[in-house]
Order: sequence, then structure tokens, then C-alpha cells
Amino acid sequence: MDPMRKKDCHDSGESVRVASTFPDEVLERVLALVKSHKDRSSVSLVCKDWYDAERWSRTHVFIGNCYSVSPEIVVRRFPNVRSVTLKGKPRFSDFNLVPPNWGADIRCWLVVFGAKYRCLEELRLKRMTVSDESLEFLALSFPNFKALSLLSCDGFSTDGLAAIASHCKNLTELNIQENDIYDKSGSWLSCFPENFTSLEVLNFAYLHNDVNFEALERLVSRCKSLNVLKVNKNITLEQLQRLLICAPQLAELGTGSFLHELTDRQYSELKRSFNNCNNLNVLSGLSEVAAIYLPALYPACTNLTFLNLSDAALQSEELAKLLVHCPRLQRLWVLDTVEDKGLEAIGSNCPLLEELRVFPSDPFEEGIVHGVTESGFIAVSYGCRRLHYVLYFCRQMTNAAVATIVQNCPDFTHFRLCIMNPCQPDYLSNEPMDEAFCAVVKTCTKLRRLAVSGLLTDLTFEYIGKYAKNLETLSVAFAGSSDWGMQCVLGGCPKLRKLEIRDCPFGNAALLSGFEKYESMRSLWMSDCKVTMNGCRFLAKEMPRLNVEVMKEDGNDDSQADKVYVYRSVAGPRRDAPPFVLTL
Amino acid sequence: MARAVSYGGDDLNLEATELRLGLPGSDGHEKQSSSATVRSNKRASPDVAEDQSARTKSNNSIVSDAGNGDGDSAPPAKAQVVGWPPIRSFRRNSFHGQAKKTEGDGAGMYVKVSMDGAPYLRKVDLKVYKSYPDLLKALEHMFKFTIGEYSEREGYDGSEYVPTYEDKEGDWMLVGDVPWDMFISSCKRLRIMKGSETGGLGCL
Repeated sequence: MDPMRKKDCHDSGESVRVASTFPDEVLERVLALVKSHKDRSSVSLVCKDWYDAERWSRTHVFIGNCYSVSPEIVVRRFPNVRSVTLKGKPRFSDFNLVPPNWGADIRCWLVVFGAKYRCLEELRLKRMTVSDESLEFLALSFPNFKALSLLSCDGFSTDGLAAIASHCKNLTELNIQENDIYDKSGSWLSCFPENFTSLEVLNFAYLHNDVNFEALERLVSRCKSLNVLKVNKNITLEQLQRLLICAPQLAELGTGSFLHELTDRQYSELKRSFNNCNNLNVLSGLSEVAAIYLPALYPACTNLTFLNLSDAALQSEELAKLLVHCPRLQRLWVLDTVEDKGLEAIGSNCPLLEELRVFPSDPFEEGIVHGVTESGFIAVSYGCRRLHYVLYFCRQMTNAAVATIVQNCPDFTHFRLCIMNPCQPDYLSNEPMDEAFCAVVKTCTKLRRLAVSGLLTDLTFEYIGKYAKNLETLSVAFAGSSDWGMQCVLGGCPKLRKLEIRDCPFGNAALLSGFEKYESMRSLWMSDCKVTMNGCRFLAKEMPRLNVEVMKEDGNDDSQADKVYVYRSVAGPRRDAPPFVLTL
Repeated sequence: MARAVSYGGDDLNLEATELRLGLPGSDGHEKQSSSATVRSNKRASPDVAEDQSARTKSNNSIVSDAGNGDGDSAPPAKAQVVGWPPIRSFRRNSFHGQAKKTEGDGAGMYVKVSMDGAPYLRKVDLKVYKSYPDLLKALEHMFKFTIGEYSEREGYDGSEYVPTYEDKEGDWMLVGDVPWDMFISSCKRLRIMKGSETGGLGCL
């Protein structure tokens, strides 16, 4: 091999002598080991050789906004891709802020992939619209297809799943999470052929209909590599026990309902089955839980790192007893039925905890609400010093509490606090919650994601702009006093990628202060703020490489831009925009 | 670095968005609820009946729930704001019914207790006890005997007496194997077996 082979680069007519120490094949081999897409982007910018080597060796492409690029551009640049991750709608579509039929249809992507990526193996979609026809097309077009993951998607029914089960002979993963799916029947599961054995991941936890249990049992028995099994609520405890006997090797388990009455003998058998599950790292499900059966789980909890109890309405004592058996817990999701006492138990029992999410059991206050307060959060912060990710829904908070919490846990990377009553001040001092978030951004220098709530003035945003130098995602609702707030954020957060704002008094001056910034961001969402159509038109005119889209509500003043979605794109304006989306 | 741009046109309405000091709710701001410190900026969900004229008055209109209609009046009652709190729809099950377990009726849970060799039976209210040690101590007291140490492997070690119970299926089970709550819901009667009878149970 010639160590100092000089290469001529004939870029744009110029001949530049470049010393290249590696032949292309070696460079490609080396680059194949670079997995992170951020690193690969950097690699591709070094020089043309590296750009070429990178694009030929890229096997996985991640597209954070499906409208930022076209499928044709993607396949032209990366000819050898086997795995695609695509995200579609803006995140606020999860909360019904985006009308149906907005777009993000996978169809046009699949058509192009069908022609150019015959070897496609994996498709992971988030917030995309997927029809049954698309799923059938997918199942029939890619003979090596292995993994399908659909998160928060809509537009398909169980017929589409049946097509996948019937035709994808090499399927290893079918992960149907939290989608808006038309669940016609559970018969899709019976479509897996009897000689099909490759499944490693099966998640149908949020489907409603009964599947044929015997078919499921046979499937689980013959798929010896099954690693992840998450069943829906209709699977009873007795059926679960039978599944566990077939698959003691499971690393991740999502149970069905934990409620059906067991005889004492059945209980003992269940406990014995859990005793055999030595590899369990992740446990979820437990919907409709009868706490008396929880001890059956205890033997399987020793190695748990992630426990998702967000479907289980547990009381504080029940949680406390369970946590004693989970010494290695790193991630925990609970409902606020556990209350502050339950959170104290978390603080006492989970020293390795890194992530805590507390969801509201009664967000619309239909019953008598208790939930969690600032005390529970403080208790966790004293006991769990490694905490770096929190999502916390509560009805009261104080500035002092948050200051204590971040002092105990300065390593927060994700801090998402939702005080559920909009514009609620510190309930003890009656002051705005500005100082709370000041403490967060000042103390937590590694902060990447922040969601604010409570009564907030522009001061909060001044602090964010001044201190949150690593912030990438910011979510704001019912906050701020004037344009100045948003201007501080846009001017001060160099790494900002996603900004989503609703119901804030930010107008055109704020919007337009971020002119150049938006090209370095993935997207901006502003709904029910004070932005007008003219402001949006101005932005669109000045920045042609941004797509500025407005959705208007019926009956509102024509000059108001009710919902604004701004994102950078190399694909130009959308060609599939529905009538209610105006591209300016 | 801000570019110098001229924001042409009156429609940009920059006065409305100019820098101001002070909390939201101070003068000059768009319509607010009467509450001094808490500003409500709620938009009702589409299926709540609403007053169209109140909505068109301002950007972030406040709409009370069906009935009142006028955004200027008292703070809205719990009108639902679209998409708030930010919970995804699959999580919106109402758990509050599940959360508090329904308490059983006030009546006690009396079961017969027999002891081998004793002339008559006794009755105990299982609800009075909170755990196995509680119950066993009471039985020891009642019948003047001692029970050995319980272990999952060995059963009761160290005495000739072994506590057993008849469950709903009619089987005689060793007291202590299943969780307490499960035990009291399935226990029909208790029997304290003695010595020669215990055979396999007490000394596995």
C-alpha cells in the first residue's frame, strides 16, 4: 500500500493536490465504525473525499423533520442505507394542537425507498401518518425488512399490522407504541406464519382488542430470541404466567392487567414463574393493579433498571414495598397516586436513580385531587443525587423548593416541570416562579432540555438566555410578559434547536429577532401568541431557506397568525400541504 | 447579532408587543381576568360551547365554560384548555376511580379457629390484625401455646404446633406463604395442627 498516495481533486475545474494517506476503501471501513449521526455530519464536512466516503458507508439515516429534506435528496446522497428514522409532526400535535390530516405521510418516502433502498431493514417513525396501504407496501417491497417501530403515529389499523405479520419473513421487531390506531380486531397476531421464529421484540401494549392467546403463546414459544414482550391489558395474570414459562429469557416485560382474581395456587405459580425471570431489566404495564399480587413480582425485580408504573395507580405504601426489591433502579415512571409519601420512598430506596417521571392520574380534576407537591420532589432530590432527567406534574411549587432540588442534583440535563394550573405563582410567597428557573439554569450547566410553567415574567427568559448555554429544547406555555423574553432566548442560547411556545405574549418583534437563528434550529412553533400574518410574511420573504407555515383558526381575526411553524428545509415548500396550512 | 431591518407596515403592530416592565395583568395588556396575580389565558376546547364574540376580541381569549361567555368577567371556572396539561391522549385514563381501593364493608371477618386437643373452637376477626406475626401472637395467647419460627423453606420450626388454614378451594394450606392481604381474603377457617398430625408440613 502506498502510504503517501497523492490524489488530484478536480473540484469545480481546479486541480488541487491533496495528500491522502488512506485509500478510499480503508477510509470507508474506518468511517463505518462511526455511528453517531452528529459525528458523521462532522466527518462529511472535512473534505470531499471524506464526504464521499461517509455517504457511501452510511447505513443509518436520522431525519428529525421529514419536511426538512426530500426522499429524493436522501437516497441520492446515501445510496446504502438500511435503517431510517423519521420524525414528522410538531411535538404539540401530541396535545391536539395540530389539526388532523396535517401531513407527514410516510407514503412518498416509501415509494422512493422502494425503488432505491431494496435492502431496507429498519424503519422507525415518530409522529408520522401511516396508512394500511403503506404498511402493506412496506411488507411486500423489502424482502430483508426486520424492524418496524411506530411511536405516536396515526392513520393505520390492525389490518396494516396483519400485512406486516403475514409478509415480513425476517421480522425481528414489531414495536407499536402509543399510536392513534384503528384497532379493528386482534386477529393480526395470528397472521404470523407457524414457521416464523425470528421475532425479538414484540410490543402491542396499547392495542385494545383481544389477540388470540393460543396464537400468542405459540409465537412466544417458538421465537427463542424473544427479548422484549409487552402485551396489552386484556392478557390476564394467568395467561401472563403461561407466557413467562415460555420465555424466561425476557429482558423487557410489559404485563397486562394485574387484577384478575387468582387462587392461592395460581399465585404461587405466578411467583415461581417470575422467580425464573433472571434477566429482566425493564418492567412496565401493571394496569389495573391489585396490589396484593405485586409480591409475586419481587423475585424478578433484582436487576430492574427501568420500572414503568405510569399505568398503575399505586398507593404510597404499595410503591414503597415494591421499591425495596428494586435496588438497581435507574429509571422510574409513576403516577401521582403515590403522593409525596411515595416519592419519599423513592428517595429512600433508589440511590442509583437517574430519571424520574411523575404523571398526573387526574389531570382534569374530575375527582378529588391529591397528587404530589414540592415536598415529594425535594425528598427525591435528597435521596437520588444522580438524578438528571425529571418530568414532574404537580399542582403547587415554590421557588425555594426548586432551588433546593437543583442544589442537591446539579447534573440535570432534562428538567421538565409542569405546574398544572397555568400562570400559578409560588404558592407560599405569591411571587412569580422566575427565581426557580433561574436556579435551574444557573446551577445545571449541562441542561439540554427545559420545560417551564407557573407564573413567569420576562425575567425567566433573561436568565435562560444568560445561563442556559447548552440548552437545545425549550417548551414554554402561558408565560412571559413581552417580546423581550423571547428575544433573550433567541439571542442567548447558542445551541437552541427546538423552541415551542403556546399562549405567550410574544409578537412580531420577538419572532423577527430570530431571523438568522432559525436556520441553525430544527424548528420553531408558536401558537396563540401575538404574531401576525404580516410578521410571518416578512420572515418568509427575508429567509427563503425557511418554511414559514401558518394555520389559522376559523372565526379569528384575519391578521392574526394563530399557529406558526417555522423550520429550515432544503426541500423547499411542502407540496402536500392541506388547505388549512398556508406556506408563506 | 441583530440585523438592521425595518419592519414596515402598521400591521406589525409593534406597540402591542413592545418591551414593558411589570407583571402580566398590568395596564395596557390584553384583556385579563380580574385576579391580580393569576392570569388565565384559556382557550376553550372546540366542543365546549363558547361565545364567538368574546373569542374574536383578543388573541389569547379567555372563555369561560358554557354559560357565561363574556371574557371580561370573573375568572373562568375549570374550562378545559386545549392540549393542557400536556398529557398525551393514551394517558388520559381517569385513574382517580381506581386510586382509592374500595374498602370492604364494616363487618368483621370472623373465622373459626380450632386447635387439636382443645375441647371447643374459638373465633377471631382477621381484620383486626395487620400481619402474620400479629395474628400468630394473638393465637398463641388465646390457646396458650407457642409457634415456631416461620421460614419459606422449612415451615414452622421449633415447636410441635403448626398453623394452617382452609382456603376457598377447600385445600389446607400453611399459614404464611401468601401475602397477608391475599390470605385474609381467601382464608375460611384456621386450624392449629399438633405434633404427630403435622407430618410433612412443619418439618419439610
